[in-house]
Amino acid sequence: MTGHIFTNFGGSVLAQKICIICVSGVREKLQVAAMIASVAAASGDEVTVFFSMNALQYFVKGQDREAPPEGNFGVLIEKHSGVPPFKQLFAFAADIGDAKLLPCSMALDLMGIKGTDLDPEFGPPTGLTSFLSDISGSQLFTF
Amino acid sequence: MSELKTIDARNTFCPGPLMELITYMKQASVGDTLELLSTDEGSAGDVPEWINKVGHDLISNEKIDGVWHVKVRKAK
Repeated sequence: MTGHIFTNFGGSVLAQKICIICVSGVREKLQVAAMIASVAAASGDEVTVFFSMNALQYFVKGQDREAPPEGNFGVLIEKHSGVPPFKQLFAFAADIGDAKLLPCSMALDLMGIKGTDLDPEFGPPTGLTSFLSDISGSQLFTF
Repeated sequence: MSELKTIDARNTFCPGPLMELITYMKQASVGDTLELLSTDEGSAGDVPEWINKVGHDLISNEKIDGVWHVKVRKAK
């Protein structure tokens, strides 16, 4: 995975491990999380994004639910068509920068769906034990 | 033979211009020059930062009539 990034972007000995945890379902938080994921992944960093709680619902195949704004800034994001949608940015992070998008297995169980019901950029359902092993040594961002 | 490709990312906001550049950069050949057009002030600083970080060559970065023109050569 990392070698692929190094080939495309030149890589750097400064590449970092970045972990982003998304639990909120509001637009502003998902937007910032997606911005960090996409730019970090495109810069050669090893990015893992873990989705749980209210954040996961927007990535179920075929659903068209809009994330509600938390405040005025979320309304601004909605009004400007030039702001890349968070779903597009997460997909970019996965496609261009090999970011891992991991759904929380507990959240999937409660929602009554399987990992295959999610958008194709998503990795396998992930429990906390393997997730915590995966992110050892990472910088952590939570939203 | 190197080519100049212009990428029009005007009226998109961060990180839209960078995403546009990276998409075209991935398709370009080593030695090709790309020119990114952007009206996003934040990207005027952030895009050159990305170019330097990943090791491509920043040729120029100038604002003309309210539009940033960022020229970059694919180095690897």
